Amino acid sequence: MYTEQVMDHFQNPRNMGEVENADGVGEVGNPQCGDVMRITIKVDDDERIEDVKFKTLGCGAAIATSSMVTEMAKGKTLAEAQEISKKAVADALGGLPPQKMHCSNLASDGLKKAIEDYRSRHESK
Amino acid sequence: MEKAIFLDNAATTRTDPEVVEAMAEWLGDNFGSPATLYAFGSQAKQAIEQARQHVADLIGADQKDLYFTSGATESNNWAIRGVAEALEEKGKHIITDQAEHHSILMPCRHLEKRGWDVTYLPVDGDGLVNPQDVADAIREDTVLVTLVHANHEIGTIQPVEEIGAITREKGVYLHVNAAQSVGHIPVDVEALSCDLLSLSGHKFYGPKGVGALYIRRGVRIVPWLLGGGQEKKRRAGTHNVPGIVGIGKAAELARRNIGPEMERLTALRDYMIELIEKNMDDIRLNGHRTKRLPNNVNVSIEGIEGESIMLSLSYPTAEKARPVFVSTGSACVSGTLEPSHILLALGLPAELAHGSVRMTLSRHDTREDAEYALNALFEVAERLRAMSPIYKRGAKQCASGSKGEGCDCEAAS
Ligand code: FES
Repeated sequence: MYTEQVMDHFQNPRNMGEVENADGVGEVGNPQCGDVMRITIKVDDDERIEDVKFKTLGCGAAIATSSMVTEMAKGKTLAEAQEISKKAVADALGGLPPQKMHCSNLASDGLKKAIEDYRSRHESK
Repeated sequence: MEKAIFLDNAATTRTDPEVVEAMAEWLGDNFGSPATLYAFGSQAKQAIEQARQHVADLIGADQKDLYFTSGATESNNWAIRGVAEALEEKGKHIITDQAEHHSILMPCRHLEKRGWDVTYLPVDGDGLVNPQDVADAIREDTVLVTLVHANHEIGTIQPVEEIGAITREKGVYLHVNAAQSVGHIPVDVEALSCDLLSLSGHKFYGPKGVGALYIRRGVRIVPWLLGGGQEKKRRAGTHNVPGIVGIGKAAELARRNIGPEMERLTALRDYMIELIEKNMDDIRLNGHRTKRLPNNVNVSIEGIEGESIMLSLSYPTAEKARPVFVSTGSACVSGTLEPSHILLALGLPAELAHGSVRMTLSRHDTREDAEYALNALFEVAERLRAMSPIYKRGAKQCASGSKGEGCDCEAAS
């Protein structure tokens, strides 16, 4: 049911964990469906994502999309990272089963939230 | 692939080699139809009648009251819709419970759309229906009570004897879905006082696609399939001879093995539950601790999700590791958003229902297999819990940054 890429990221998730003293934290989820994702980012002076990590409670697809989105975001500027769409994440994984799209692909929202969190902290400074 | 450990026997069991052998005879040259009068077909007829006797013996029924179907789903549909149609003049009320299999719930919903009233009784935290609730729910216009004997997901065994005594006294038909119990624990239609009973071949080492419905003589029910005169004109269609011979053989074997197997599996089941409770924190045993199928272990593991557990176990990353096949009540497998209605009926919150794992044993599984599977489960659970953003999250780590005070994220509580 899952592509090889999905299984690879599910079995060997990249960037799992929490960035210490994160500059931005994004948490999204739907406990009803069972998934919760938390993305933490470290941002450098040029507003580039220096480090990004995830923690996810969810199905195979949820874990794989979380892992993939962190891979895609690393090294990008905040503006670029914000543009990573759900579709781009799903495509990078070779596609997701249709019934998994709605709740497994929340990771890109989590990333956006982490970026917003970073921005709101900086604006208020 | 290393030899897999298959712990999803509530879904289906491995066909017994003796069953396969018995069936093979009817798949090749011996293809005559039992409906014909010439000798070639009458051998098949004899084989069918012998199988009918074996299945009837397994449930303490008269073989004349046993009808072959394609499996328990068909039997359940026939029992409910067939009785409903036959008795709608008498009343249009059916009683069942909230933790039933879909092949019971769907026909009930179907009847509701046609003006029937269905009472869905609650179950307690262990999944038990209260017989008194059944008695209280029976009305003048009730025609049928339909209940599962042993729940397919949590393994809880219902007090059907008690309920049967009630329905008998009140003159209401009782249908029992015994798909999970037949062949695994003693099932006797007289002891259960039931009027109809469904069973399925592939749940007790027989083939898929064949089952039976027991219909006590005198019960009013309309024929299910119209056409030829097979199954006493109640279920037309050429007989599935190999399948029927197979279920007959499986029934014969089950009857022979049931006692020692029950004992062995009950001990293995309890050993597994003990190991889980000893080695894991924050888990919940789903289903009744003792009134449960000898082969069923179902636990919810806090902080993780069932599909991830199932996938991790079936695709182990370590070289030479044995895949372990289990099942889950998590919605993430089925494509709907709701987790298992059965776990919700027990009163489990959605998060715990999502984190459930069902392991169902067969007569092929040894203590070593069980230990192997559980060790794999412990490892997987630890790995996934480390990945979980909410498991054991202290107030310090609360996402809102409010250090848990006045925070409404569920992890802080
Ligand atoms: S977490 Fe529910 S479908 Fe992925």
